[in-house]
Amino acid sequence: MAKLLIYNLIRFVVLVALQVFLFKNIGYYNLATPFPYILFILLLPVGISNFLLYLIAFSTGLVVDTFYDTLGVNAAAAVALAWGRIIFLRISLQTDNYENFVTPTWGTVPFRWYFLYVLVLSLFHHSILFLLETFTFHQFHYTFIRIFLSCIFTVIVILLLSLLFYKKKQR
Amino acid sequence: MRNLWILIHKYNAFFLFILFFGFSCYLVVKNNTFQRASAVNSSNELVGNAYSWINNWKSYLHLSESNARLAEENAALREQLQRFTDPDSVIRATVTDTVAKVRYHYIVARVTNNSIHQKNNYITIDKGRKHGIRKGMGVIAAKGIVGIVLNVSDNFATIQSLLHSESRISASLEDSRAFGSLVWGDNFDSRYASLRDIPNHIKVREGEHVYTSGYSLFPPGVLIGKVASAGTSGGDSFIDISVELSTPFYNLLEVYVVDDLLAEEKEALEALTDDNG
Repeated sequence: MAKLLIYNLIRFVVLVALQVFLFKNIGYYNLATPFPYILFILLLPVGISNFLLYLIAFSTGLVVDTFYDTLGVNAAAAVALAWGRIIFLRISLQTDNYENFVTPTWGTVPFRWYFLYVLVLSLFHHSILFLLETFTFHQFHYTFIRIFLSCIFTVIVILLLSLLFYKKKQR
Repeated sequence: MRNLWILIHKYNAFFLFILFFGFSCYLVVKNNTFQRASAVNSSNELVGNAYSWINNWKSYLHLSESNARLAEENAALREQLQRFTDPDSVIRATVTDTVAKVRYHYIVARVTNNSIHQKNNYITIDKGRKHGIRKGMGVIAAKGIVGIVLNVSDNFATIQSLLHSESRISASLEDSRAFGSLVWGDNFDSRYASLRDIPNHIKVREGEHVYTSGYSLFPPGVLIGKVASAGTSGGDSFIDISVELSTPFYNLLEVYVVDDLLAEEKEALEALTDDNG
């Protein structure tokens, strides 16, 4: 349990630091900007209580927001992501199949499930994020392209990061 | 009550989501200037579109008013014309003024799109490159000045209205002939603009007319408006003058684009001075 807490803390610090110091400066014009910090929220243990999940997601978003000077935008998107995660897990997982506090990484769950999990949820997160950021449906095709390209970018980065810490023996 | 608690507990994911998401959105709208502005303005945009649509139809209702205005202007012009034609029908002499060639040429255009409620307002007219309109020409209306041509396509032109934060027009006062620059700047009311750079020692009368100075794109002596109030600003060496514009921007129908035939010559000459400086 303590190990789980420490792992998540480290993940939080590293991912948020990467996000605000490295990935903030990377992008294809402003069409594709990656937000791999959402991996932290995705990798929270499966059995976490809803309230705690929302609270963690909200504060993570808020921390990123303070670095991005967009108070509330990332927080809202992260909260939406937490909700999407709850729904996704409820639909796709029979929770009794997994231990309560398992971390849904590549090593512990099948790759196809993991890929779908990351793809669907980052698409959801980015839609909320960019729509809130532009705050208008004017020039929707432009926002749509931003969401789509950023989502691809984020998924690739997340998969690469997961590959770095891939451990086969956990399976 | 108990059932309500059970319901909320059962769907706690959704209710917590609403709670947190609502709070985040509140933060977004409250703290980010862009979102705050557009949250207030998105309704404005709807209203503006509806207005422009209604205005399209309303212009038919204004036809008689617009005709009357044109007739009135015709009468005034005819009166002016009399001064140049000899009233004595027996002699019939033609007066040709060889000293002053015609310098300004006017192109009549209809306003197809107009706004007065933005920080930067633009007007679209139905004449363009085909009709001889070029970028940078001045635009006036029957009762005052309107703005400067900003962009030109084949059949249309957009005008940077006087009601634009960047618009700046050289204007002079009727009595003292002192000149300054007329800006709309921080005003929000389409009826008023302010006249800057008039030195403190000049006496300004309320109701005094303000004309174009002729130093910029506009012919000299075109009425801009009259002085609404003149305040003495303490410590500053210029007077704050508020000018009530004579142009009715809110129901602008026809405008005249001023083609200054000598503009190129003037600009070429003035460019020489810039090179030396």
